[in-house]
Amino acid sequence: MSLKIVDLGVARGGVPVLEGVNFAVAPGEAVVLTGPNGVGKTTLLRTIAGLQPPYDGKIVVPDVEAMTYAGHADGIKAALSVAENLMFWARVHGQRDISGTLEDFALTDLASRPAGQLSAGQKRRLGLARLRVTGRTIWLLDEPTVSLDKGSVDLFGQVVRRHLAGGGLAVIASHIDMGLDVRVIDLTPYRARAKVARGYDEVFL
Amino acid sequence: MTALLIRDLRLAVRAGGGFGLGLAFFLIVVVLVPFAVGPAMGLLERIAPGVLWIGALLACLLSLDRIFALDREDGSLDLLAVSPLPLEGVVAVKALAHWLTTGLPLVAVAPVLGLLLSLPGKGVIWLVVSLLAGTPALSVIGTFGAALTVGLKRGGLLLSLLVLPLYVPTLIFGAEVARAGATGLDTATPLVLLAAVTCVAVALLPFASAAVLRMNLR
Repeated sequence: MSLKIVDLGVARGGVPVLEGVNFAVAPGEAVVLTGPNGVGKTTLLRTIAGLQPPYDGKIVVPDVEAMTYAGHADGIKAALSVAENLMFWARVHGQRDISGTLEDFALTDLASRPAGQLSAGQKRRLGLARLRVTGRTIWLLDEPTVSLDKGSVDLFGQVVRRHLAGGGLAVIASHIDMGLDVRVIDLTPYRARAKVARGYDEVFL
Repeated sequence: MTALLIRDLRLAVRAGGGFGLGLAFFLIVVVLVPFAVGPAMGLLERIAPGVLWIGALLACLLSLDRIFALDREDGSLDLLAVSPLPLEGVVAVKALAHWLTTGLPLVAVAPVLGLLLSLPGKGVIWLVVSLLAGTPALSVIGTFGAALTVGLKRGGLLLSLLVLPLYVPTLIFGAEVARAGATGLDTATPLVLLAAVTCVAVALLPFASAAVLRMNLR
């Protein structure tokens, strides 16, 4: 399973933000996307995940169903317990066993707690735990370490390392070092020219 | 799919889930109407089918904006869109969950409330039949409206304006079945038309809703 991005152009709200993005991710490899705020990291990840169509180029992946996405929001229901939340996503993806995942993310003691009572970091851990129960090989992670403490970042780093060791791959938009051996891609050079041109117009006017 | 249905039902009955909101509204409308129009037996009997149908329709409308808005806010909708479930299936299950938590309870309490409005015995039966045949359409059409307005903050007003005209055929034929039943007239024609509206809505609208959702997720 590998992921290849060919001449990809992505747009947000009809305005192109990135164009000509090219990279490939091989099994067992992780790529970190960096760039200033607003450069289009989230838009790029959402486009790869299939949540919005690219306006140019293509995404080559053997199976669209192999990808899963973790965005800024965790998809957690406050009224359900931690175990119920995780079990729901597991069942949606045809899995039944969540005990190992709860342990990996240090959530076992919180399993019966309503998710609404969790701290921001604990919620984030629960949101990331969903990745494990999807059983998918390509992880698209948008700022996965937001509101995680140092220990939890290390914990998540281990989970990602194990995922990569098992032949999985990951595309991560993040500025925080998770202790992974990764290739860093700076998105700044891929900024769409249309936007720059419009910027000049504004200056000119 | 069943996992999603169970989750939605569970969320509806837990604290803050909004289950009972529509039911309470329906109850309030029907209890207040006799106070407003006066205790004249003949009059109440005549307007009972219409009042019950309008009450059910508005009660249904109350909980529509929750169908997708909450899932959109907490990110579940994005995650469902990238999950193995087809979006058409997600929409259909959401409509079914809405009907089970709103439409079905309305059908269940309608006979009791029919008595409050002095609806005659055989009218009660036809009222229940018409609500059973009509409320699924209300849920499915409402789900379509909710999909259209999912990206909007406080989209409730727009949702009501979009959905109400689409509710009109169901209201007309549904109330006609109940009225004809209560007065002993032939109910076959309006019932067939009511069922037809429901069948078409259930068959086609999940696809339209899924297409609209895909656009709104961009």
